[in-house]
Amino acid sequence: MNTKTKKIAFVGLMASLALVLSYLEFLLPPISATFPGIKIGLPNIVIIFTLYKLGVKEAVSVSFIRLTCSALLFGSIMTFAYSLAGAVLSLALMILLKRFDHLSTVGVSVVGGISHNIGQISVAILLLGRIEIGYYLIVLTITGTVAGLCVGLLGAMLLKAFKKLKL
Amino acid sequence: MQESKRKIINDIILIAAVILIAAIALIIYLATAKDGQTVVVTVNGEHYASYPLSEDTTVLISADNASSNLLVIENGKASITEASCPDLICAHHAPISREDEAIICLPNKTVVSIE
Repeated sequence: MNTKTKKIAFVGLMASLALVLSYLEFLLPPISATFPGIKIGLPNIVIIFTLYKLGVKEAVSVSFIRLTCSALLFGSIMTFAYSLAGAVLSLALMILLKRFDHLSTVGVSVVGGISHNIGQISVAILLLGRIEIGYYLIVLTITGTVAGLCVGLLGAMLLKAFKKLKL
Repeated sequence: MQESKRKIINDIILIAAVILIAAIALIIYLATAKDGQTVVVTVNGEHYASYPLSEDTTVLISADNASSNLLVIENGKASITEASCPDLICAHHAPISREDEAIICLPNKTVVSIE
């Protein structure tokens, strides 16, 4: 099969997988009632996998297909704005860090987790006009690090398991 | 192999640094946070109303007909008990009383904070 077709099919597969993981996370009860922003970021496993297995263009495609579909299915325009800001910032930083090549998948994923929260909080501060929300960021940074660590380790395991897969 | 070892060390340094900075920030925040006096409600980024935290009250926050959040102030703590938003994250939020704490309802663009 031609490589381009293979890649397109793979992006579609990864996007639907990321969407299923978003839905799974949406179904799970909130981890903390006091800080509703705490999430594991399961779809990021797929984004990390795509970024390392295929490349930047494909990872960006998967992320935006996932975002648009999950906003249409179980979100609103408001939640789309938050998710978009988080996704753009975390994707940009992960792509940059992967290129600099000083960190492993786990480190890249940790930065992705933290920056996703920073992006969302920034939009919240802009939209709600209240800088006080910034204190959320302290807690979200700690949880984002732990979540990014788990996601990164899972991503690294997947990459190792699929080492022989050529695309 | 040497290459991946160096990366893992970098990862650990990064994670340790982030956790350390966040922990210090959290300690500073908790040490300096005072009990607040006033409950301030903001809708759409604009000031909606203020209530004293010392008085027990129940108010319906409704900037337009589509959205509503029920604010309850009881025993010096403020909470939202009912809301029209789909996720009800604000209604599940623990009561707040310390300065700068806030309950945020993203769908209704409503913020209840303590000053």
